[in-house]
Amino acid sequence: MHPTYPAGSSLSTFASFRRLGPYVRPAIPRLAGGLLSALGASLAALAIPHVLQYVVDGPLTEGLAARDWAGLAWSVALVLAFGLAEAGLVALRRTLVMFPGTRVEHTMRMAMFRHLQDLPAAFHDRWPGGQLLSRIMGDLGLLRRWLIFGLLQVVLNVCTIAVGVAVLVVTAGWLGLVYLAGAIPVVVIVFRFSRRYRVISRLSQDQSGDLANTVEESVHGIRVLKAFGRGHDALSSFTGQADRLRRTELRKASVDAGLMTSLTLIPEVTLGACLILGVWLAGTGQMTVGDLVLFFATAAVVSGPVADLGMSLSMTLNARTAVDRYFEVMETVPALADPERPVTLPAEITGEVRLRNVTFTYPDAVLPDDDDARPRGAILHGVDLDLPPGTTTALVGLTGSGKSSLAMLVPRIYDVTGGQVLLDGVDVRDLTRADVRRHVAVAFEDPTLFSASVAENVLLGVPDDVPAAERDRRLHEALEVAQAGFVHDLPDGTGTRIGEEGLSLSGGQRQRLALARAIAARPAVLVLDDPLSALDVTTEEAVTARLAEVLATTTTLVIAHRPSTVALADRVAVLEDGRITAVGPHAELLATSAHYRHVISSLEEDYETHEHPGSRQAAGDQEVSA
Amino acid sequence: MTAPTTTTETTPEPGPEPGSTPETARRRPLDAGRDDETRLDRSTSRAVRARSLALLRELLRPHARTLAWAAVLVTASTAAQVAGPWLVSLAIDRALPALPDDVVPLAVIGGAYLLAAVVAGLTIGAYRRVAARVAQDVLLELRRRVFRQTQRLSLEFHESYTSGRIISRQTSDLEALRELLDGGLVGVISSLLVMLFTAVALTLQDPVSGAVLAVGLVPAWLLVRWFQRHSQLAYREQRTWSARLIVKFVETMTGIRAVAAFNRQATTERDYDGIGESYRDANLRIFGINGRFHPGLLLIGNLTVTAALAVGGWRALTGSLAVGVLVAVLLYVKRFFQPIQQIGMFYNGFQSAAAALEKVSGLLAEEPTVVEPERPAAFTRARGELRLEHVRFGYGDGPVVLPGLDLTIPAGQTVALVGTTGAGKSTIAKLVTRFYDPSGGRVLLDGHDLRDVASPDLRRHVVMVTQEAYLFSGSVAENIALGRPDATPGEIEAAARAVGAHEFVTALPDGYDTDVNKRGGRVSAGQRQLLSFARAFLADPTVLVLDEASSSLDLPSERLVQRGLATLLADRTAIIIAHRLSTVEIADRVLVLEHGEVIEDGTPAELIAGGGRFAGLHAAWRESLV
Repeated sequence: MHPTYPAGSSLSTFASFRRLGPYVRPAIPRLAGGLLSALGASLAALAIPHVLQYVVDGPLTEGLAARDWAGLAWSVALVLAFGLAEAGLVALRRTLVMFPGTRVEHTMRMAMFRHLQDLPAAFHDRWPGGQLLSRIMGDLGLLRRWLIFGLLQVVLNVCTIAVGVAVLVVTAGWLGLVYLAGAIPVVVIVFRFSRRYRVISRLSQDQSGDLANTVEESVHGIRVLKAFGRGHDALSSFTGQADRLRRTELRKASVDAGLMTSLTLIPEVTLGACLILGVWLAGTGQMTVGDLVLFFATAAVVSGPVADLGMSLSMTLNARTAVDRYFEVMETVPALADPERPVTLPAEITGEVRLRNVTFTYPDAVLPDDDDARPRGAILHGVDLDLPPGTTTALVGLTGSGKSSLAMLVPRIYDVTGGQVLLDGVDVRDLTRADVRRHVAVAFEDPTLFSASVAENVLLGVPDDVPAAERDRRLHEALEVAQAGFVHDLPDGTGTRIGEEGLSLSGGQRQRLALARAIAARPAVLVLDDPLSALDVTTEEAVTARLAEVLATTTTLVIAHRPSTVALADRVAVLEDGRITAVGPHAELLATSAHYRHVISSLEEDYETHEHPGSRQAAGDQEVSA
Repeated sequence: MTAPTTTTETTPEPGPEPGSTPETARRRPLDAGRDDETRLDRSTSRAVRARSLALLRELLRPHARTLAWAAVLVTASTAAQVAGPWLVSLAIDRALPALPDDVVPLAVIGGAYLLAAVVAGLTIGAYRRVAARVAQDVLLELRRRVFRQTQRLSLEFHESYTSGRIISRQTSDLEALRELLDGGLVGVISSLLVMLFTAVALTLQDPVSGAVLAVGLVPAWLLVRWFQRHSQLAYREQRTWSARLIVKFVETMTGIRAVAAFNRQATTERDYDGIGESYRDANLRIFGINGRFHPGLLLIGNLTVTAALAVGGWRALTGSLAVGVLVAVLLYVKRFFQPIQQIGMFYNGFQSAAAALEKVSGLLAEEPTVVEPERPAAFTRARGELRLEHVRFGYGDGPVVLPGLDLTIPAGQTVALVGTTGAGKSTIAKLVTRFYDPSGGRVLLDGHDLRDVASPDLRRHVVMVTQEAYLFSGSVAENIALGRPDATPGEIEAAARAVGAHEFVTALPDGYDTDVNKRGGRVSAGQRQLLSFARAFLADPTVLVLDEASSSLDLPSERLVQRGLATLLADRTAIIIAHRLSTVEIADRVLVLEHGEVIEDGTPAELIAGGGRFAGLHAAWRESLV
C-alpha cells in the first residue's frame, strides 16, 4: 500500500491540472476549436468599430458630395457580415465546448464512483460522506464550469494581454515602457494572490464538505435528535459551522476584492501617468497625436482582459482546488486490491474456512506498543479457528470483543493484518474480492436496505444470469425461511418499494429481509452478525427452526449474544480479548468455560465482578440448567 | 427545540374525524410529492415559481439598504471606468493644444484621470466585499431555515423525503443561489442603467434612430420570453436530476458494505451512470438553450447596429442627417447592446437560482403533521402520568394499527409492552413521545393533551431510546452529552458508569475524548446502544420509553444496564418494549398487545400465574435460557 499524501498540495497549478490529462485529452480538439472560435469572435467584434470608423470617414464624409451609395452599401454589408460572424462564432464556441465539458465531468464522476466502490470499508469508515459528496458533486461541477468558461477565458485574456502589451512596447516607445513598468506590481500581486487564495479556497471547499456531512448526520440521526429534543442544539451547532464557512467565504471575497482593486487601479493609474506623459510628449512635439490615439486605443483593448483576469484567475484556482480534492480520493490506493494473478475457485466449493494465527488491527488504529503481549489497537491476535464444511459455528463474546471484526475478515470486507484466512484452502487474499463474495454472503448487524423493491433487495446477492423462475423460487424460499411473510401484506407485495425512498419498515422487519437476502444468495459460506436480535420470541423460534434446515449444508459463522441464537449452531467458539479461548459444543462449554457461562448464561447471579476482568472466572459457578 | 417562529397554523389542528388520516389533515405545498417532476401543469408551475420568487424577495428584503449601497458602488465604479476614454479625448482636444505654454489643463485632466482610476479600483473592490456579505448572509439565513425546517418536520415527512434530497437542498440547490448572488445580482443594475441612459440620449438626439432601436427590441423581447419558458423547464429538470444523483450517491455510500458484500458494484454503477447521463443531458439542454440565447442576443444587437447604419447612412447621404449626429447615433446603438451579454448571464443565473429555490421553498412550505401548540399548556414539573383515550392510529393511508386504545399508566409505573411484530408496541411508543399524533382520541401527560405541550417541555420530560443508536461525529463525551448538553464531564462519566459503558470508553485511545469516527474510535453496535442508554440516563426524564433499546447487548451488559435501570426507574414512568423477556422482569406491569388491543394486563407474576399468552411466552423464554 502506498502512503496517502495530501494529493497535489505541493504541486504547481499547472502540474496539478496536468493530472486531468487522461480525462481531458479526448476533448482537446474541441476545446482548441472552441478557443479558435472565441478568438475569431473577438476579432469580428473588434472589426465592427473599424468599419464604422471607415464608413464615417469615407463614404459619408468624403463621399457625401459624390453620393457614394456603393460605399455605404459595402459598409453595411461588411458590418452585417462581421455581426453575423461574431454571433455565429460565439454559437460555434458554445456548441464545441459544451459536449467535452459535460463529458469530462461525467467520466470523472463515474471514475470516482467506481473508485469509491473499490475502496475498502476502512476508507469509508474514515471519510465522512459529506466530504465525498462535495467532491463528486460540487468539485466536479466547478471543474465543468471552468472547462467550459474559465479555461477559454484565461487563455484568451492572457493572449490578449501579452499581444497588447507587446504591441504597446513596440509601437509606443517610452509610453509602452511606462505601461510595462505598471505590469510589474500586477504580476507580483497576482502571484501573492494565488498563494493566499489557494489556501482559502481549499479551506472553503473543505468546510462545505463538513457542512454537507453535518446535514447528512442531522437527517440520519433525526430520531435521536427528536427523541431528546435536541433540534435546537443541532441548529446552533450547525449555525456555528455554517457561520465559519460564511467567514471563510467572506475572507475569500476580501482577498478577491483586493485583487480586483489592484487589477483595476494599477493599470488605470499607469494609464493616467501615460496620459500625462503622452500629452506632454505630443505637446512638445516628441510624439504624434496619431500615435497617442493609437496607444490609448490599444490600451483600452488590454484593460478589459486585465480587469477580467481577476475573475478568471479565482475561477481557475477554485478549479485547481477541486482537482486536488478529487485526486486526493482518486490517489488513495485500495488497500484490499485484487491480486495480480488471482487464484480462481471452482464453481462449487466445500465452504471450508480456516483462520490461521490471524491478527487484525484497524488501519487507523493507534500504533503498536512493543512491550505488550497484545499490540495496542489490535482487535484480534493469534486467532485460530476452523469452520468445517457444512457446520454452523456460533461466535460468542462480550460486546466489543472483536466478533464483528472477525466475521468481516471472511468476505474480505477487511483484510487480516497478520496470518491467513483460508477458503477451501486458498488464502482469501489470493482471490479476487468478487470471487470470495460470490461464495460468502453476509447479514450485517445494521440491516441496510436499498431504495428498491422487496424482491430486488432480497435477490441482491443472486447473480443476474440466474433464470427468472429460479430467482422467484429463491425469493419465496428465503422470505419463508426468514419468516418475512409480512411482505405479502405490503401494498404491492414483493414489488413494494422499500428503503429510504419507499416504505419504512420496523427494525425486526428489516432484519428479516437482510437475513433473507443472505439466504437467497445460496452461498457456500454464510456470515450472520447477530441476525435475530430484533425479532420477538415467537418469530425468532420460527426463524431458528427453518434456518437450521437451510444451514445444514452451509458453512455458517453466526455471531450470537443469546442462547436462542446459539441454538442454531453445532458448536461454539468463544472470543475473549481478541483470542479464541474455547471451541466446542454449547453444553460442553457451559461446563468448562467460565467466560462462556458469564457471557451467555442469563441465570448468572454473580456479575459483581464484571468490572474486574481478571476475576471473571469467579462468575457463573451457579449454573442452572433449565 | 424552542418554539419555531414560523408556526403558520392559526388554530391548533382540529381533532380529526375518525377515519381521517394525518395526511388529509395536513397542509402541503402544491407540488408536494411531485418534487421529482419537472413538467408541472401551468397553474402549479406558476404558483411554484411565485413561491420561489417570494422566498428570494423575503431573503433579500432585510438587505435592501446594503444592496442599494452595492448598486451605488458598482455604478460609481462603472462610471469611473467609462470616464477614462472621455478624459483621454478631452486631454487630446483641450490640454494638448494648450501645451507647452499652459500645463494647467493637462494637470487637471491628468489628475482627474488618476482620481477616476483610484475611485474605479476602490469601488469595485468595495462592491465585491459588500455583495459577498449580502450573498453570505442570505445563504446563512437560508441554510438555517432549511436546517430548522428539517428538524421541525415530523418523522412522517422524513420517512418519505430522503436524506439525499435534503442534502441536495442544502448543498447544490443553495450553490445555484450563491452563484446568482455572487455573480452580479447588483452588477446588472449598472448595466440596465447604462442601457436606459443610452436609449434616452439616443432618442433625444435622433428619434428616428430611437425607433430603429425600439424595433430591434421586439425580437430581443421575444427571445427573452423563449429563453424564460425553456430554461425554466430545463433548470427544473437539472435540479431534479442533480438531486437524484445525490440521493443515489448517499444511499450507495451509506450501504457500501452491503454493496461490496453482495458484489453489486456493477449494478449500482450502471444505475448511477444512468442518472449521471440524464444529469449530463439536462446540463447539455441548458447549454443548448444558452447557446442559442446568448448568440441570439448578440445577433440582434449586431443587426440593429447594421440597421442603424443603413438607415442613418441613407439619411446622411440624402442630407437629412448630419454626419456628426450619425457618428453619435452609431456609438450609442453599439453601446446600448454592449452590456447585453452581462444581462443575459444574469438572467441565466436567475433562472437557475429560481429553479433551485422552487425546490427549497417547497421544503420550507411543508407543514409538520405534529404541530406546535399555539398556546402551550403551562408545564413546569411533570409527575409522569400517561393516559391514552380512545387512541386511533394508522400510518399514512395504511391499515389501522391502533383501532381505539384506552390505557392509563400511573406516574412512576414501569410498564412492559409485549406482543408480536405489528401488534402496535412501537406505535404506542411513538405516540407517547409525540413522534406522531393520533388520528383519533388523545394522549395525555399529567392530564394535558400532548398537542398542547410545548415541544421543549415535552422533550425534557419524555425521552425515548430506540434500537438504532445513532452516533454523531464528535467525541464519545459529546455523544453522551446529547442527553443534556450542559452536563459536566463528571456527570457524563457517572451516566456512562451507571449503564456499564465506562469500562469500554476508558479503553478507547483517548477515553471520553475519542472521536467516534476517527482513529480507533470504532464502537460496536452493542457499545453504541450502551452510549445511547447513557444519553437517556443523563437526560434524566420523567417518562422513559425504551423501544428495543438493548437488542444488541450481550447478556452481562444487559444485566448491568438493567441494574442501572432499576435505580433510574424507581420513581419514574417507563414504557419498555423488548423481545427479551429478561427486560420485562423489572416491570411493575405487563401489557400483552395484539392487533392494537390490550389482551392481557397485570403484574408479571399475575400473568404468569394466569396461564395466558404471556405465561406461554415466559415459559418458552425460560426454556431457552441456560
